[in-house]
Amino acid sequence: MGNFVANEGLSIFVILVWLGINGFLFVNFYMAFLVDRWFYTRVLLGHALSWARAPAACLNFNCMLILLPVCRNLLSLLRGSIQCCSRTAARQLDRNLTFHKLVAYMIAFHTAVHIIAHLFNFEFFMDAQLNRSVDLLPFVLSDIGNGDNASFLNPIRSNETSPTIVMFTTIAGLTGVAITLALILIITSSMEVIRRSYFEVFWYTHHLFIIFFIGLVFHGYGRIVRGQTPLSLQTNNPNKCADHFHDWGKNESGCAVPVFAGNPPGTWQWVVGPMFLYVCERLVRLYRSHQKVVITKVVMHPSKTLELQMKKKGFSMEVGQYVFIQCPSVSRLEWHPFTLTSAPEEDYFSAHIRIVGDWTQALYEACGGDKPEQQEAWKLPKMAIDGPFGTASEDVFRYEVVMLVGAGIGVTPFASILKSVWYKRIQNNQDVFTKKIYFYWLCPETQAFEWFADLLQSLERQMADKDMADFLSYNIYLTRWKETEAAHFRVHHEAENDPITGLKQKTLYGKPNWDNEFTNIAAKHPKSKVGVFLCGPPQLGKSLEKQCLSHSEADVKFIFNKENF
Amino acid sequence: MGKIEWAMWANEQALASGLILLTGGIVGVAGQFRGWEFAAYSVAAGVFVCLLEYPRGKRAKGTSVERTGQYCFTVCVKAFGPLTRNYYVRAFLHAAICVPGGFMLATVLGCVCLGIASLIYLAAAIRGEHWEPILPRKEVRKPVAESIKNPPQNPPPRPPPEMRRKQAKDLESAAYDNPISVTADE
Repeated sequence: MGNFVANEGLSIFVILVWLGINGFLFVNFYMAFLVDRWFYTRVLLGHALSWARAPAACLNFNCMLILLPVCRNLLSLLRGSIQCCSRTAARQLDRNLTFHKLVAYMIAFHTAVHIIAHLFNFEFFMDAQLNRSVDLLPFVLSDIGNGDNASFLNPIRSNETSPTIVMFTTIAGLTGVAITLALILIITSSMEVIRRSYFEVFWYTHHLFIIFFIGLVFHGYGRIVRGQTPLSLQTNNPNKCADHFHDWGKNESGCAVPVFAGNPPGTWQWVVGPMFLYVCERLVRLYRSHQKVVITKVVMHPSKTLELQMKKKGFSMEVGQYVFIQCPSVSRLEWHPFTLTSAPEEDYFSAHIRIVGDWTQALYEACGGDKPEQQEAWKLPKMAIDGPFGTASEDVFRYEVVMLVGAGIGVTPFASILKSVWYKRIQNNQDVFTKKIYFYWLCPETQAFEWFADLLQSLERQMADKDMADFLSYNIYLTRWKETEAAHFRVHHEAENDPITGLKQKTLYGKPNWDNEFTNIAAKHPKSKVGVFLCGPPQLGKSLEKQCLSHSEADVKFIFNKENF
Repeated sequence: MGKIEWAMWANEQALASGLILLTGGIVGVAGQFRGWEFAAYSVAAGVFVCLLEYPRGKRAKGTSVERTGQYCFTVCVKAFGPLTRNYYVRAFLHAAICVPGGFMLATVLGCVCLGIASLIYLAAAIRGEHWEPILPRKEVRKPVAESIKNPPQNPPPRPPPEMRRKQAKDLESAAYDNPISVTADE
């Protein structure tokens, strides 16, 4: 149980605090509209008023929060400064996208409650105008303010209209429709299916958030939610005067005609800070993108992988970080994230890009990949880089024992780590805190091995030379194969080097037995914290997380870190 | 944006619109709003749109992810043949369904969302996309080769017994290589 707390404790705490604040705001603002000032408003609307205002307050809070987890540069800055104090707190910042999604769901939920409550409000307001009898308090209240058009209570001013028309002729109604539509389009294009397969649709539609925030700020400008003014409360006490509404304004009744006004719009106070931070974030990204980036080398690897080696003045990175790459000649608006595969010790930085879609294909052609002869240096396209941004892999060297698990292309952050290990330990002979690395690579096809296999081969050779063969223990698992390939493996089973990778360590077939692996590692390294790093599909993440929790006994703790885009 | 299959997004949008129409309709009927007949219509229309849009179509490229339990819906939708296969029909159907929702405030949002979904379906239809059902692949077992009819009648040929017995004097020649590595059970 204790290891569960170590792995998940801070996340759960943050979520509970966030839910608590939501609950508190909801109840607080619900009760705030049950006071005398809103007495006459409640005569018309009942509790629907509170049901509309309470989620509005929660919406203010959540719209303030939603921009913050996507300020990547700000988060990197925070992460760097917290890291010295608490590794756990820094890890929490890796879950920024999860938090962004949670807040988005909460916004959707509160929007639904808010809209449904306002549907009732509109209906009640309309009812009050339609039942035109001076014996009914709602009608009397609705009639107030016809002269000056400022002291009215009922925003629906006549009976010759309908709620739909009123909605389209008030600021609140128009902005409400606009921002709700923007929200719905953002949510439907952010579904996992769309996001993973058609990233551009997701990215461009998501920019509707600009409309969302502008509409949100102007939503309350019409001041259509109106309560009695404090001045009027002195001349017309609702508790005493409500029943004698026939006598309002007459001298002997002691009750003047009540006067109403709306609250000044308050949303801007909540969102102006985060909006400013986000604008700064985008400006930082813009500035960084204009710094000159030079492609020093282009390498075409088999299995449609393009390696770009680049240099940029003043660029510095840590292991396992990622950058956003833009190529203006391919697309002016698209920025795509790629993990850096070079080590900080190298004098260039590189990314291995798999060619899977429009943008990557166009980039490949722009770099001369489809031409038989080499591209001249000045013909290579201009590039822009934003980053580097930190991820979980930065923490690798803070653990004494480390398990690295990469699935398919998810091995890229670990390429950076292994290279860095090689530079530190073997070339510079530095003493690293990390004493043992267990590396697992799960791959569905043989072709994807090539560029990474070269790296492993050189590492293997170097380690054998320096007699350090047991520093790095790596296991490569081929998870899928064809019948013909299987025959080839069987025949070459006895060969000294592996038939697929050419490495001395044989490729294993099928999926690893995680239970065994974790048990063995726990037995070999008692009394230590083992960092488990994964870059791969969510199902693998779940099973590894379960293994971490179940194998963390008294003295051995497995801490799970996942990286995902 | 060249490879985008608009129908995938249109499907998500239409499903969301169906739910919004349904919710708006329920509120309108439950609250007995003016024009509740439109709300009652929206409940029916919302349910219909949800049933129609729940089964995801097969993607032209890449793996299709099914929604949970969509198989029965797939079968029903497939039964309508060209009516559900063609996205022009869907686009006009959604455009027609959404219109009555615009007459009442509670269902206006569902109406507009469904209208947008209809436009995206139109874009999909113009690009030549169409709906394919996701059906489970039938496992075709490879037919057993002709020669494998009878099990072998005789044991495999072995060297004569003199050779099989281990010769204590001549261990080198008596040894044979086991092609598969053998580990003792510990």
